[in-house]
Amino acid sequence: MTNHILQPALSRPKPFTLSTNQKAILLFLAILIVTLVFWETGARLELFSPLMPSASETFKDFWFWVSDPFFDYGPNDKGIGLLLLTSLRRVLIGFTIGAAIAIPLGILIGLSDVASRAVDPFIQILKPVSPLAWLPLGLGLLKNSESTALFVIAITSIWPTLINTKFGVSNVDQSYLDVARTLGASRWRTLTKVILPAAAPYIVSGLRISIGIAWLVIVAAEILVGGAGIGYFVWNEWNNLKITSIITAIIVIGIVGLLLDRVFGLLQHWVAFGQRL
Amino acid sequence: MITPPHTVFSEAAAMTSSAHLSIHNVSKVFPGKRDWFSRITHRASIDYIALDQINLDIEPNTFVSIIGPSGCGKSTLLNIIAGLSQPTTGAVTIAGLPIAGPGSDRGVVFQNYALMPWMTVLENIRFAIETVNPKLAVSRQKAIAQEYIELVGLQGAERKHPHELSGGMKQRVGIARALATNPQILLMDEPFGALDALTRGFLQDEVERIWEQQRKTVILITHSIEEALLLSDKIVMMTRGPEANIARILDVPFPRPRHRETLDQHPAYHELKAEMEAHLSQETRAVEESRIRRPVKA
Ligand SMILES: Nc1ncnc2c1ncn2[C@@H]1O[C@H](COP(=O)(O)OP(=O)(O)OP(=O)(O)O)[C@@H](O)[C@H]1O
Ligand SMILES: [Mg+2]
Repeated sequence: MTNHILQPALSRPKPFTLSTNQKAILLFLAILIVTLVFWETGARLELFSPLMPSASETFKDFWFWVSDPFFDYGPNDKGIGLLLLTSLRRVLIGFTIGAAIAIPLGILIGLSDVASRAVDPFIQILKPVSPLAWLPLGLGLLKNSESTALFVIAITSIWPTLINTKFGVSNVDQSYLDVARTLGASRWRTLTKVILPAAAPYIVSGLRISIGIAWLVIVAAEILVGGAGIGYFVWNEWNNLKITSIITAIIVIGIVGLLLDRVFGLLQHWVAFGQRL
Repeated sequence: MITPPHTVFSEAAAMTSSAHLSIHNVSKVFPGKRDWFSRITHRASIDYIALDQINLDIEPNTFVSIIGPSGCGKSTLLNIIAGLSQPTTGAVTIAGLPIAGPGSDRGVVFQNYALMPWMTVLENIRFAIETVNPKLAVSRQKAIAQEYIELVGLQGAERKHPHELSGGMKQRVGIARALATNPQILLMDEPFGALDALTRGFLQDEVERIWEQQRKTVILITHSIEEALLLSDKIVMMTRGPEANIARILDVPFPRPRHRETLDQHPAYHELKAEMEAHLSQETRAVEESRIRRPVKA
């Protein structure tokens, strides 16, 4: 037995190195600390507007909001968790309405060239319109701020899902369709067993973009419509000149947006079955 | 007790014996682009006559290979037989009846496997069985799928999704799926083209073994002379395109079951092989020469 010579020498001491991940974490912490230090000293030395709180004040206020998120002392004094739930409820309802329109319509225009060409001008013109331009129209149509918020979210959620669904349905790999044809599958069976599963990753990626946009828009919509929710809270705290609460809201809105995106990311992975998109 | 696969659809099996496939005067012309937009952008092209008046009769239960230079129209012909594409003139008949599109009397094995990524191995095969025979009880469908999984040697991989399989295993699923509906005719377009040499040889042996168990009419497109000699009763050699046609049909007289190790001991082996090599290299050289001489842009 002489092949032990070929084995790598395990006992050789390794030089001290960091993995890419470890380096990234260190850099992340460095950026965070530099920003916080700059913010704290800047605020103490009064480099910014007098309204701007210091990092430590903000952190205290952040902790106040986050440690007891579900208190309710009347319409203008609620915990941040309750505010988020109000906004999330609106986003999910509006998003669901939007998806319920976008997915079937996307399937239809993905399957039918005539329908696709007929609907395309509407999509092209309505898609670039800012969500907030729909708001007065919503108020005029529905006369109710709650429904208007849902209306704006629904309209905004439609476009990415619609376009992705259409793309997914009309670009199914020809060989899958050939398999269905050689077996003599009916149109319905081909749609439900082949076209829709093949388009599912595209549909979910459309939904993922839509929920992201819906979450962006809800804050603006609630600022304008008022009444309740995290957007209204931001506006209300601005009127109280409580910048610490606004910064808290920004961070919390960001985290919730991230979580929503992650949920749809998981869903996307779940329907992809190793297909690359 | 599991019933052997060939007794599963007894009626269909009875029909198999009369599945005479006949190709009459089949031509295929791919129309050129001549609209004004193509002309302006200098992308106009003339019609391309891929196949010109092909005639071929295939006896039931024979294994036929089609071999020819690249781009001569083999896939085009197979797609016409499968019903996935229409001939410009002529017709394909099965047992005297002209085909009107794809049908489950012809099973197709695709070069790129064409497995549904969202279905497991078992589901892919069951999808085919259920599509062809929707009234069959689910338990029966599963039992048939299981039989064919065993036939191609994929036991244990039933619940895997295609992305978890190697190329060779994927094509086994492709073969099992095509066979599970018990078609009279099996069409295979370079089924092993994307596989490495060893896996390829292994699957060729498997196809030979399965064909000994379940005789059917098989049309196999291949680029491999050895593959054609190992598997076929008849080898159809095509001329180069455009206007491709059948140059010769070779009979392969080797006794069955065949084994790749002993195949070349048959006296006719080297003669057949030399003849095919001569034909293919002559056609391929002609294709290359016409490419060199042809001006870059017409
Ligand atoms: N849809 C199409 N439109 C125009 N021309 C086509 C079309 N499909 C095939 N052709 C042409 O018809 C000819 C035959 O193509 P085909 O794919 O049948 O060849 P093949 O013999 O299968 O080649 P290979 O061995 O490379 O697979 C080729 O020259 C190709 O360019
Ligand atoms: Mg081909």
